Amino acid sequence: MATIPTVLDAHELRRQFPFFQPHPEMRSLIYLDNAATTQKPYSVLDALTNFYAHHNANVHRGAYGVGAKASELFEAARERVAQFINAREPAEIIFTRGTTESINLVAASWGSTLREGDEIIVSEMEHHANILPWIQIARAKGARIVVWRITDDGRLDLEELRRLLTERTRMVAVVHISNVLGTINPVADICRVAHEAGALCLVDAAQSVAHLPLDVQQIDCDFLAFSAHKAYGPTGIGVLYGRRTLLESMPPYQTGGGMIRRVSWDEVTWADIPARFEAGTPAIAEAVGLHAALDFIDSIGRERIAAQEHALTQYTLQRLQEVPGLRLYGPQPDRAGIFAFTLEDIHPHDIATVLDSRDIAIRSGHHCAHPLGDRLGVPATARASLAVYNDTDHIDALIDGLYYVRQVFGY
Amino acid sequence: MVSDLYRDTILDHYRHPRGRGRLDDPKIHHEGANPLCGDEVILELRVEDGRISDIRFDGRGCSISQASASMLVEAVRGKTLDEVRELIQKVYAMLRGEIEPDYEEMGDLSALSGVSQFPVRVKCATLPWHTLEEALPDEPYPSK
Repeated sequence: MATIPTVLDAHELRRQFPFFQPHPEMRSLIYLDNAATTQKPYSVLDALTNFYAHHNANVHRGAYGVGAKASELFEAARERVAQFINAREPAEIIFTRGTTESINLVAASWGSTLREGDEIIVSEMEHHANILPWIQIARAKGARIVVWRITDDGRLDLEELRRLLTERTRMVAVVHISNVLGTINPVADICRVAHEAGALCLVDAAQSVAHLPLDVQQIDCDFLAFSAHKAYGPTGIGVLYGRRTLLESMPPYQTGGGMIRRVSWDEVTWADIPARFEAGTPAIAEAVGLHAALDFIDSIGRERIAAQEHALTQYTLQRLQEVPGLRLYGPQPDRAGIFAFTLEDIHPHDIATVLDSRDIAIRSGHHCAHPLGDRLGVPATARASLAVYNDTDHIDALIDGLYYVRQVFGY
Repeated sequence: MVSDLYRDTILDHYRHPRGRGRLDDPKIHHEGANPLCGDEVILELRVEDGRISDIRFDGRGCSISQASASMLVEAVRGKTLDEVRELIQKVYAMLRGEIEPDYEEMGDLSALSGVSQFPVRVKCATLPWHTLEEALPDEPYPSK
């Protein structure tokens, strides 16, 4: 067995995940699709079950003990998120359905102040979730989308950003870690350059939240979005971080219960943040589950996770390069554990199907990034992505599987 | 077994597609796509005297979708529209695993039967057939 500097015992960690336990009717899977969603530890599933079993009530309503407890747990989750990303205060944390809704909220609400001729800079390596909300609001307001092209080695160049920024630039929308290229963007530098030109900066942290330490004050972003389910938490809940002054200046995104101070037929007064942006009954159990997921991450330690995944990433890069006919996209060697590749002219779906026959799960397709696919000249790629429970055995199985793919297709 | 999916006949049609290209004077041009996976199939055909007198396919995608399109072109050329409609339904039934293909009757198409064991790939195999179904005129074309 190959060895890498061992920071964590991945095998021991997998014991905390029911998904990886032997099951009489199911074959065990080598799961390398963590950029799509991660598996969930027992502690997260227990938090969801315990909430529904013992504390289930709506929040901010019931004048009874359980109702108060549910509200307390929900707000404790908000405090935990604020602490996790080092927000100044819990009120800067808005619970949403996920990264997509977080960005849509900003585009629709903050974007309502855009004027004709205003410019929004969007990088070429964005996921559709950080492209389409901006295209929609730009069309509605007569604003312009300015594309920040990537370099040939799959990075973003700050000098290029400086050239694109004008006095009309209102927002720079950029991803922290690319879900295709694995590029780790220097988001603190990007925010500083945007601010120097008088623009705001939104960071899509969907692929970084579970893999790198994240500090919104150090990054100095204006908005930051992520989903719980890519960070060992439940689906259906995500986070929008926003600066207090900005959030306070923004109109509601959705309206309904729980987000007002007073309503009459003649006058409506919105609630303060964060309630103003959380119309309707929120995902309460999922917020409690997210709390447990962040506890799980911190129980290992984000520096240790980053060190472990960095070591496994270097090992993966080295092994992928051994496979004849394999073309890897994205920068090297500094990158996150996301590997999009093609193999000879074998279609990525065929690669994924053959690997699936060996119980290895990877993603194939366009990864919701059509403009990036156009730039790279490939409509589809295969993608393997790492999490804290993967180890060198998994990568070795992937490499063996890729040789088998070559064999099936006659190479 | 993955070998049930990637049978030699399928890989042969994928590597050496029959009837890939365009017609000089297509009477019917129809495009089908699977937006989730990006597979694309373009069919161009001429219908004369109620029969498909000529047909070509173009497009890009995985081995299953492109091999299925190549087999389709071979299978439907010269057939009447009624025969084609019947064949389309037979292919769907085979891909759902409802009927065992008869090689005498289905020819190379019978190699697609293994796809039924791979539910996520069935849509790859059906794409050209759905595209053809949409492309066919409602009424038999008037003869020239």
